[in-house]
Amino acid sequence: MSAPKTGTPRVRADRDVCIGAGLCVMTAEEVFDQDDDGLVVLVTPDPAPETETAVRKAVRNCPSGALSLAEG
Amino acid sequence: MSTVPVLPLHMRRDGFGPAAELSAGRDAEGVIRIDTMFGAEAWLVTRFEDVRTVLSHPELYSNALVPPFRPSSASRAGEEEAAEIRAGNLIGSDPPEHTRLRRMLTPEFTVRRMRRLEPRIREIVDEHLDAMEKSGPPADLVTDFALPVPSLVICELLGVPYSDRAGFQETSRRMLDVSLPPEERAAADVQARRYIAELTAAMHDDPGEDLLGMLIREHGDDLTTAELAGIGSLLLIAGHETTSNMLALGTLALMEHPGQLALLRDEPDRMEAAIEELLRWLSIVHTGMFKVTTTEVRLGGRTIGPGELVICSLPAANRDPALVPDPEDLDLARGAIGHLAFGHGVHHCLGAPLARMEMRIAFPALLRRFPGLRLAGDPVYRSFSAVHGLSTMPVAW
Repeated sequence: MSAPKTGTPRVRADRDVCIGAGLCVMTAEEVFDQDDDGLVVLVTPDPAPETETAVRKAVRNCPSGALSLAEG
Repeated sequence: MSTVPVLPLHMRRDGFGPAAELSAGRDAEGVIRIDTMFGAEAWLVTRFEDVRTVLSHPELYSNALVPPFRPSSASRAGEEEAAEIRAGNLIGSDPPEHTRLRRMLTPEFTVRRMRRLEPRIREIVDEHLDAMEKSGPPADLVTDFALPVPSLVICELLGVPYSDRAGFQETSRRMLDVSLPPEERAAADVQARRYIAELTAAMHDDPGEDLLGMLIREHGDDLTTAELAGIGSLLLIAGHETTSNMLALGTLALMEHPGQLALLRDEPDRMEAAIEELLRWLSIVHTGMFKVTTTEVRLGGRTIGPGELVICSLPAANRDPALVPDPEDLDLARGAIGHLAFGHGVHHCLGAPLARMEMRIAFPALLRRFPGLRLAGDPVYRSFSAVHGLSTMPVAW
């Protein structure tokens, strides 16, 4: 039995680590944006369930490792 | 005396992809001991996950600690010139120095910023297609389209006069040609920097709206002249040696897969995925920069001591079965972000959004304009360049 699903995990973005590559914006623009300096801005830290696959891809592909998920 | 240099394993290709012995080395060993062209031995990293690991850890694998591979020029010119060659070289630095320079440039390459360039890129693409149509067929896709389009785009973005192109295109070709003696490549490097230094010196009183003007206006106090020249010359070279080779090789790859090309022409919505798959499958940049281990590391089942040279093969990693099934197949429908063609980690290609934008405009425009595009002679691969590509590609329509 797998544990009951508790919703999409919360996203964290570390702007000190971000290099502004913008891959997250290309992958899930509902959740990620860039400010004028090119650095990541979270549109929301709690992504809608339908964006979970895209969010996981964005976290995995982030070149600088600035993104992470707060998995329960 | 002249000797024909032997192409090192990490630069060998069979047509589009990595050479068979390079792929075999990846599957059998993963991390391979190789000879380099400057006498030292190095570890070549070929598997997808291992390459990601190396590129994710600049604190273990340093770009800055690599000794200069230009002993003749370094010893002759001494510390001063060596320092000049290192200044502003983003790909030869580590955090926090790298972070300082990169942060000055990230605002210029955001996804939104690239969208603003779109109309002008369309115009440039159309102008070059018009000229091809008027004077041909035949035409050379490299010199008439694939090279001039990104070259003009990067010139306008930086604020470099396109009329100087004969000089800097030749300089950058020489910098990337590993068959040349190291001192000749170093001389080309210095020449490229001096060109930008002269250009920016003339801009100081009235810096323009372009990228070099922005650097002078907003970071003039934080950047030395040598750093500004280093940044400018790196971006100029990177801007036209990469997209240019993707456009020519990518078109050739599409022509050799007519079924997929037809699908792409009929359904342009497939273009974004197609570009990611072409990036993966072609991986035109053979390797990232040489790195030096800062401590003992474990990698791909090996223990590597401190002070060892490490280099990553991007085409081998991007055709690792661990990344996609049947990695040798070009399958435009499956293309997705996640490959390593633009690298990974803090040195991930700064111009990647620009390159994607240029390809997203240029490929469909070319296919629409010349539906009957075909080879009109043998395309010629260039083999001793740090970036894989074609020197000529005769086409007709």
